[in-house]
Amino acid sequence: MATIQRTKQEMMELTGDHAIAYGAKQSGIDFVAAYPITPQTIIVEKLSEYLADGMIDAKYVNVESEHSAISAVIGAALVGARAFTATSSQGLALMFEELPVASGMRVPIVLANVMRALSAPINIHCDHSDILSVRDQGWVMMIAENAQEAYDQTIMSFKIAEDPSVQLPTMYGIDGFIISHSMENVYTLPDEVVSEYLGVRRSLYKLDVDNPMTFGPLALFDVYFEFRRQQHDAMMNAYEVAKEVFGSFEQVSGRKYSPLKNYMTDDAEVLIFAAGSTVGTARLAARKLREEGIKAGVSGVTLLRPFPVPEVMETLSGVKAVAVLERMLSLGSPAGPHYMDLASAVYPQLDVRMYDFVYGLGGRDIDADMIGRAAKTALADAQNKRPNEVRFLGVRE
Amino acid sequence: MSTKKYKEMEIGAVLPAATGLQFKTGDWRTERPTIDYEKCVECLICWALCPDSAIRRKGTKVEVDYDYCKGCGICAVECPTKAISMSREEV
Repeated sequence: MATIQRTKQEMMELTGDHAIAYGAKQSGIDFVAAYPITPQTIIVEKLSEYLADGMIDAKYVNVESEHSAISAVIGAALVGARAFTATSSQGLALMFEELPVASGMRVPIVLANVMRALSAPINIHCDHSDILSVRDQGWVMMIAENAQEAYDQTIMSFKIAEDPSVQLPTMYGIDGFIISHSMENVYTLPDEVVSEYLGVRRSLYKLDVDNPMTFGPLALFDVYFEFRRQQHDAMMNAYEVAKEVFGSFEQVSGRKYSPLKNYMTDDAEVLIFAAGSTVGTARLAARKLREEGIKAGVSGVTLLRPFPVPEVMETLSGVKAVAVLERMLSLGSPAGPHYMDLASAVYPQLDVRMYDFVYGLGGRDIDADMIGRAAKTALADAQNKRPNEVRFLGVRE
Repeated sequence: MSTKKYKEMEIGAVLPAATGLQFKTGDWRTERPTIDYEKCVECLICWALCPDSAIRRKGTKVEVDYDYCKGCGICAVECPTKAISMSREEV
């Protein structure tokens, strides 16, 4: 497939939400179910507009809760539809019960999550507590940094999910408001290029009255464990498939993706690890640190599940200290979710010290200077062999 | 206990249809429905309401499939002519 030059791509001014809806429209979705009220986003609003304007040929169901939304999407996918839903914060929490159902039944649905804080107190702003709380439910997971990545990950999610060796649901997240409601220039592919790239969904099994099958049966201690073991293999396959999809998508779009987005990491002594829109701020922080003579680099996570262990090993080797930025407080845990992933990926092979910094809860802003201070703290603490403890950036203490 | 290894098993536990037929639940029963055909008016209410599809019919003639009947007693309660009685299962 030939690369489409950027000049042949239409540049549109899109919010993160709109970019996702546009990507889903081009992906040829057959079915959308969504709960239309708070904490919903403009993603499903745009999709309903597309439908009303006859721009997509899909069934759209307004349901009474997010639990019903994802249940309907699972059902549609079992019939063979390319099915999509979007949610946020408490909505994802309400979907939780069905998340392992989707992965256990191996339905390749795609879910866009606008990452926002969990109640209580009520908050509608950016926070990663929603998506990071569901990270172990058998979904392939990506996190986007900006509207362009949100658009691209929409298309790539279907490609990864529907791969015959994966057949797993896939979700990806964008930062609430910071990305979801901010307008950016986004390069969009022609409709026919996306259609050709994804092709028509082919399912392994279908709900079909002429050829009845049993879906979701009882599986007790004699067989349940084996079905879970299959999912582990599917996840491991998803790691390879995700990298293949990043490669094939680059062929089509000219935009390069990898499980980790590394910036000035080759000679870095201190690495800033982050997810979402903060990765961009961290790059500015790293440039400022370099001006001060501190060899700083940034690693932003794109592929959260399956966690890219080989890339993490490669990136962290030679690094003295890592400042891990967590937009979630893992209450009562020795460290946050990113820290636990990183530490277990490199232990005990690498001699690197990591320090956890919780920031930005409930949409609290973070700037490059705060990140710079965290990196300096991590470097000094590593030199002093100080143990990690959960620390906070930007909270009044 | 199954001896199949995980790679030999169906992806996502998608199985052929009607696997429930292989799982006989009749021995769960503590009470046994018996149909008095003198009273039965062949209304098929028991057939329609049995949650386990354990009332079989040929035309309008019904009978209990004791391989699957769990003895819940819904048929006996719902029968308009009290043609179905429940009695304690004995070994």
